[in-house]
Amino acid sequence: MRPHLFVGRAETPIAFVETVSGGVRLKALDREAVRAGLQPGLTLADARARVPELEVYEHDAHADHEWLERLADGCQRYTPSVALDEPDGLILDIAGCVHEFEGERRLAADLEERLARRGLLVRHAFGDTPDTARALARYAGAPAPDEKRAVKRLPVAALGLDEDATTALSRAGLKTVGDVMARPLATIAARFGEEAAMMIRRLDGSVKGPIVARRTVAKIGVERRFAKPIARTEYALEMLAELATEAAVQLADRHEGGRRWEARLFRADGLVQRLRIETGQPTRDVALLMRLFRERIDSLADPLDPGFGYDLVRLDVALAEKLDASQLKLEGGEAQKGEVAQLVDQLGTRLGRTRVRRFSARDSHIPEQAELMLPAAEAPAPTPWTAPETGEPPLRPIYLFDPPQPIESMMAEVPDGPPHRFRWRRTVHDVAHSEGPERIAGEWWRRQDIPTRDYYRIEDRRGRRFWIFRHGLYSEMEAPRWYLHGVFA
Amino acid sequence: MNESLALIARLKRIATTGMPTQGDGRADDAWLTQGMAKAQLHEIFATVDDSASGAGFAIASVLAAKAAPVMWLRTEASERQGGRLHATGLVEMGLDVTSLVLGLVEDEASLLRAAADAARCHGLGTLLIESWGRAPKIDLTATRRLMLAAEASGVTILSLRIGAEPVPSAAASRWQVAACRSRPLEADAPGKPAFDIELLRRRGGQAGLRWRVEWDRDAHIFDNIAFDQTAFASDDSAALPGAGVSVAADRAAADDAAAFVRRTG
Repeated sequence: MRPHLFVGRAETPIAFVETVSGGVRLKALDREAVRAGLQPGLTLADARARVPELEVYEHDAHADHEWLERLADGCQRYTPSVALDEPDGLILDIAGCVHEFEGERRLAADLEERLARRGLLVRHAFGDTPDTARALARYAGAPAPDEKRAVKRLPVAALGLDEDATTALSRAGLKTVGDVMARPLATIAARFGEEAAMMIRRLDGSVKGPIVARRTVAKIGVERRFAKPIARTEYALEMLAELATEAAVQLADRHEGGRRWEARLFRADGLVQRLRIETGQPTRDVALLMRLFRERIDSLADPLDPGFGYDLVRLDVALAEKLDASQLKLEGGEAQKGEVAQLVDQLGTRLGRTRVRRFSARDSHIPEQAELMLPAAEAPAPTPWTAPETGEPPLRPIYLFDPPQPIESMMAEVPDGPPHRFRWRRTVHDVAHSEGPERIAGEWWRRQDIPTRDYYRIEDRRGRRFWIFRHGLYSEMEAPRWYLHGVFA
Repeated sequence: MNESLALIARLKRIATTGMPTQGDGRADDAWLTQGMAKAQLHEIFATVDDSASGAGFAIASVLAAKAAPVMWLRTEASERQGGRLHATGLVEMGLDVTSLVLGLVEDEASLLRAAADAARCHGLGTLLIESWGRAPKIDLTATRRLMLAAEASGVTILSLRIGAEPVPSAAASRWQVAACRSRPLEADAPGKPAFDIELLRRRGGQAGLRWRVEWDRDAHIFDNIAFDQTAFASDDSAALPGAGVSVAADRAAADDAAAFVRRTG
């Protein structure tokens, strides 16, 4: 949907079409087109014949969905619990959220005004349960004094059953939801299925359908609304710091610290800007949080643009973990560790979490698979590494090439011995000392055809130490190739 | 007033942190501890072919100075050219890799930015900045910033410059490291890591000294290699550039070291 295209041009009927099984059919229509007598499902040729001035656009379900998501984001200024009702509805759980607007009518008016600015026509309804609200908003019944009776006067189509069932109901003389409700539930269930009975129970309020919110409601959320939008990012950040302080107090009461934080800046024109940060350890440190938020802002592809100003700033703690009151350690050990963790968070926020890493040992005898580099913020408890044997020189290089670099053996070697001279990076190296082979077989339980590697530790005449291997035994192949896998100190 | 107080505090800190204590008390490392004071910026130069020697010397001097934990910053380019860090190999140098944090940055500018942040982190012992090639952004201004940050926070910063030419900088010392032939073990196996080290420059001290040392991982100490000319007699002399110059310095520092050199090869 591109609603801004259609603002203030109510005259021309508009239709969206999609290609279904070879034919182009209408998918969605605007009000004018409906008034002209068109309906979804008609072929485009028929529609053109009836309404020649029809403007036609390609239907793009994905864009529609995205647009609905954006609207849902924007609606989070009213309530944290917003659910999508595809393809064109939103369900807001406004229980306990109306005090900001002095009543639900004012809230609805505010919402309609904002959406009208975007060129959207909105139909809304209030209901005790999500299902009644949905039915009331989507279907028009005869006017009624209260919600219960309004639901009863809705057409049977509001039950949301398939076409056959709906036709069958009306053929049976049941025109409204109220008519169906008057019947014993068991007969309805027997004739039209459990689904119909369930829907009736939902509409009369005896069963409350859940709102499947798009996002889980954060445990702790704090917000600030501004009567006059604030146009300076710096000021918005100050507000964010105040919110962080509030959240920190709430967290302290619960003996918790936040690990995942999300700040949302709602612009007056409806755009929502999100800033997400994550820390390796639970924290309530406002200064640290603000530093991370600033890092996040610096790393944004488009800088934060306040536009006409923000009128709502919200901070949620999406994930909190146990954190008891901090105690100063006299030795400074804990405090030091904490500082490194802070540095890891800070660099991780700027460079990307996966770029700040720690090593973790892995159980594999293949050298390049024997270790993992994990994001430092989420690395597991350190595993002990095998201590090197006393008196031995290092048997593994400090730099490892991945993939190993091919080298050219320039002098015939004795079988099962290293080359006496080889070329690597256009330099010829004469081998002075060598040790090997250290035979490392492939993981034969995974694949059979992996050649064995024979590793040699060698030192050339200038004192450079290398780790080279012959890929394959002479018994396995004709002319195995040589590779340089790493360099020693 | 405030400024002079800050200056006094800074001088005090340098005075107290300047000389790391050596657990061993062996005199061999005196050259290193004098040269590589804590809470300062030091530069280690190595050619591209000697990259592993440069890195190995950096790790070894961190261990000798007991300046863990380490944060190692490298660029993606160094990962491509020099290979990735191999934890098992670092463990075999004696480093406790569980305390090592590796930061991989995109380019030189972000390398310096990340370094500036890390240099301010009191929790770190050493910050190792690895750069490949000329790296023109690591200039006098950048090094001065790092030096000031190091003095303020107490973090020792080692700038490992691989394949770079020395340019003016604010570093407290500058070292050139090259691979050196090890003393072979039984069956002609390559021995312990050995380095040919030249102190190119030292702030307020003697420079131009050369040593030939071997890293003793078990004791966390550098051993001077007694200069055994016969071992090299058969080699081409080009492999040992300036061998004559080094003898004097070697002898002076290695007199008592010669006594407990183990003969393994």
